[in-house]
Amino acid sequence: MDEIERMVNEVDEKYREGNVRIPSGCAICGYFSKKGRALPAIDAVDAMAYMHDRSNGLGGGFAGYGIYPDFPDHYAFHIFYDNEHAREETESFLKIRFDISNMERIPTKKVYGISGAPLIWRYFGRLEPEVKAHTELDEEEYVCQTVIHINTKIKGAYVFSSGKNMGVFKGVGFPEDVGEYYRLGDYKGYCWTAHGRYPTNTPGWWGGAHPFNILNYTIVHNGEISSYDANRRFMEIYGYKCTLLTDTEVITYIIDYLNRKRKLKLEDVAKVIAPPFWSQIEKMEEKEREKLTTLRNMYASLLITGPFSIILGYTGGMMALNDRLKLRSMVAAEKDDVTYVASEECAIRSICPNPDRTWSPAGGEPVIVELEKEGR
Amino acid sequence: MEIDAKGMHFSELDRLVKGNENDIIINNVMGQRYIAAGAKGKRIVINGIPGNALGAYLNDCFIEVNGNGQDALGDTMNAGTIVIHGNCGDTTGYGMRDGKIFIEGYAGYRVGIHMKQYGSHIPKIVVGGSAGAYLGEYQAGGIIVVLGIGSEDRKCLGDFTATGMHGGKIYVRSRFVPEDLPPQVDVHKVTDKSELAPLVREFCTYFPYDADILLSHDYFVLSPSDACIYKTMYCNRSI
Repeated sequence: MDEIERMVNEVDEKYREGNVRIPSGCAICGYFSKKGRALPAIDAVDAMAYMHDRSNGLGGGFAGYGIYPDFPDHYAFHIFYDNEHAREETESFLKIRFDISNMERIPTKKVYGISGAPLIWRYFGRLEPEVKAHTELDEEEYVCQTVIHINTKIKGAYVFSSGKNMGVFKGVGFPEDVGEYYRLGDYKGYCWTAHGRYPTNTPGWWGGAHPFNILNYTIVHNGEISSYDANRRFMEIYGYKCTLLTDTEVITYIIDYLNRKRKLKLEDVAKVIAPPFWSQIEKMEEKEREKLTTLRNMYASLLITGPFSIILGYTGGMMALNDRLKLRSMVAAEKDDVTYVASEECAIRSICPNPDRTWSPAGGEPVIVELEKEGR
Repeated sequence: MEIDAKGMHFSELDRLVKGNENDIIINNVMGQRYIAAGAKGKRIVINGIPGNALGAYLNDCFIEVNGNGQDALGDTMNAGTIVIHGNCGDTTGYGMRDGKIFIEGYAGYRVGIHMKQYGSHIPKIVVGGSAGAYLGEYQAGGIIVVLGIGSEDRKCLGDFTATGMHGGKIYVRSRFVPEDLPPQVDVHKVTDKSELAPLVREFCTYFPYDADILLSHDYFVLSPSDACIYKTMYCNRSI
C-alpha cells in the first residue's frame, strides 16, 4: 500500500482502543498434538467459520507453535507499522540489539472484507552477544522489555508477536477472512489457537485483535474482566505497561509474571486467577487448604473476576481455563494425540467429526496438554 | 421433508424450517443457532450438533436431537418436548415456562435457572447423567430430575445447587444426601414417587434404561422451606 492509499485508510485516532466504549458479547478455539505433529492452520480457520456469528467482523486472529522450523532459535518479531517512519525507527532500534537473519513483509493476499491493514513485517533475530553480555537482565526479560519499549515509545509501531518458533497472525475482520488474508493455508504447527472478536468496551483495531502475545505466551479470550484495573495496577508495579486498555492484554502479562518470573506451575496459575471460593476452600483437606489460602493471599490482586474463557498457548503446551463460575462456554475433546478446545462443540466437530471423548471442563478447572517427552 | 443443513446459515435454515411442512428431518447440522425458536406444531429430528438456543421460546414442537446440545437449549420455552441423545451445554432450560426437556447424558452449568410455573404450566427437565454447578439457581417453579446414571458412586450435583431457589422441586437419584444447600432449601428423602414416576418412565421411552429399576432406587427432593419468605410472593399462589 503506498502512502496516499495509506492516508485514505488511516485509522481515525478516536477509534483507537481506549477512546471509545462499546458495551456488547467472541469465539475461541485451539488444538494441540501431544506428539508434536504439524497440524494445518487451515483447520482453525475453518472451525472459526462455524462460529461466525459469535464475532462481528472487528477482529480475528491465530497463534501457531512450531511454525518456523527453519528459525527455531530466533525470536520471530511480527510488527504492525502505521507508516514507513515507524518502521525505520523500529528497525534501527532492533538492529542495534539483535542480529537479524531475515526480514520480510509477512505474505498476505487481498481478501474481500479486510481493509485498512497496517504495514506488517516480520524479523527473525537473535540477541547480539555483545548486548547479552552487558545487560543485567536475563535474555527473556531483555526481549520482553524491548517489546514493551517499542510498543510504548515508538509511535506507530506495535510488536504483536515476539516468541521463538511461533507466531501470531491477527487483524480486523472476521477470523476466516483474517486467516485467508495471512495465507494460513501455508502454515503448519503442533498447536493452533484462534479467536473471533466481538469487541466489548473498545472498538477494533489491528493491534487490539487477539491473540495477545508476550515472548512465547499467547492468549485468546472470550469474556470481560471486571477486575481489570486492580489487575493492571498490580502488574504495573512489576514494569508491565498495559498499552491497549483491553482486558486480555493484562491476562497475558499476569501469566508471564506468574509462570515465567515467579515459576508457578500452570495448575497453580489457574488457582490464582480463577480460585475456588473461600467457602469451598474451607472444606478442603488441610494441605490443599493452606496452599490455596497462601496463593489467594499472596496474589489477591491477580484474581480475575467476571466471565472469561481463555486458551493459553506456550512453547510445548496449551492450557484452557474458564472463570470459576463458568460464565463463558468451553467444550473439550480428544482424538488420538490431539486435544481440542472451543467455545462451541460444533467448531471441534468441524475438524474432528468423531472424537474419542468430549467433555465440559468445570469453571476454574484447567485443561493442560503438553508435548510428550521422549522416553515417556 | 429432509433438509441438508451443511454449510447453511442459521437464518436460511430457520426460513426452511418455519416455511415447510410439519414433519422435518435436518441432516448435517453443525452449530446453526436458534433452530425452531418460537416454532409451533412441528416434529423435528436433528442429526448433528445444533447451535445455541435450540428451541428457544418453543411453542409446542417435538424435537429429537441425535447429537449433543450446546448452550441455552430450550431457553424460555413455553411448550413442547426436546429429547437429546447426548449431553447438553450450560443454561439448558433457562427461564422455562412449560414443556419438557430430556437429556440422556450430563448437563452443564446453571441448568433450569429461573424456571417458573403458573397454574397447570409446569416445566420439567430430566437429566440422565450428572448436572453442573448452580442447578436450579433462582428456581421459582417447575421440576428438575437428575438421575445421576453413571455417577452412582459419587455426587451427581455440582456446587451451589438451588442457590436462591424459591419455588419448584429438584429430584435427585443418589445414595448421598445433597449437602451444602442454601438455608432456605429443605431436602427430604422421597417417599411418594407419584410425581416423579411419569417423568422417569417417559425418559425411559427415549433412552435404553429400565424405569422400574431406576424408580426402585433412593431419591432426594429439594424444595424451598417454609423459612423461604419469597416462596409465595411471586409464584405458587393458588389461582
